[in-house]
Amino acid sequence: MKYLARVEVRLRHGIADPEGATIARALPAMGFDSVTAVEAGRSFRVELDATDLTAAQSIAASLADRLLANPVIEESVIEVEQL
Amino acid sequence: MSVTVGVVVFPGTNCEHDAIAAVRALGGDARLVFHTEDTLDGLDAVILPGGFAHGDYLRPGAIARFSPIMDSVSSFAASGGPVVGICNGFQVLCEAHLLPGALQKNRGLTFLCQPSSLEVTSTSSVLTARAEVGQVLRVPINHFSGSYTCDLDTLRELEDQGRVVLRYVDNPNGSVASVAGISNEAGNVVGLMPHPERAVSSLLGSEDGAVLLRSFLDAAATASVG
Repeated sequence: MKYLARVEVRLRHGIADPEGATIARALPAMGFDSVTAVEAGRSFRVELDATDLTAAQSIAASLADRLLANPVIEESVIEVEQL
Repeated sequence: MSVTVGVVVFPGTNCEHDAIAAVRALGGDARLVFHTEDTLDGLDAVILPGGFAHGDYLRPGAIARFSPIMDSVSSFAASGGPVVGICNGFQVLCEAHLLPGALQKNRGLTFLCQPSSLEVTSTSSVLTARAEVGQVLRVPINHFSGSYTCDLDTLRELEDQGRVVLRYVDNPNGSVASVAGISNEAGNVVGLMPHPERAVSSLLGSEDGAVLLRSFLDAAATASVG
């Protein structure tokens, strides 16, 4: 079966986020006065073959932990769906 | 004392020749080791030089960690061999879990290319053995992701064990506790963001990096005898 894993990687709480802070500082200058906070992260779409959803989730969790995120500073949120 | 230092080249590494020139200027020998090689046989020490290994894609050092040569670097380090990671090499060592913590984007998102003042804070590492605690060295930095980060427990452990070997005097990149360089527990693996290989001649503006690389060559000579 083919599955699509969406992996969102974001900084752990308490880790400085200069990218998000810089974007947040720029927004009022563009007129976005209502924005109160911005966090920067990145997302990945990973297509993979697996026997079932649980197996696909397990593969996605493993690759997110071992490569896509650095657990020292980042955490990941994973959603898997069948294609 | 004739030691040979292996200088690892990943796709995108760009400081390998500076590292070789610096080692040779200080009386050692050095040769390039391509990242697809799988042995460090015949080498007395290893330098992971600066640059943009694998384009710095994902995170600096994240892909380089899986290069074939890294298994050999890990075993070499585990057997006590001297290893230093400079700039991108430091990032690779952290990603490979040979050193704790991580290097994040600089505070203020500024690429920093400038001289920096470093205080030697421990001499129990292969890179700082010949220096003196409190000595201030002028060594250039050249990085975007050089802000050292780790959790508080790790920082306490590093400080208690004398493993923070260099600190910035003015902390240009926002590193936790002004950390510029750290070592592993045994002191044979060191990572630092500043470039000692670019400070080995007054022509380059500073010779202060020489004491660090001489320490490293000393350690290589000892390791090769042992």
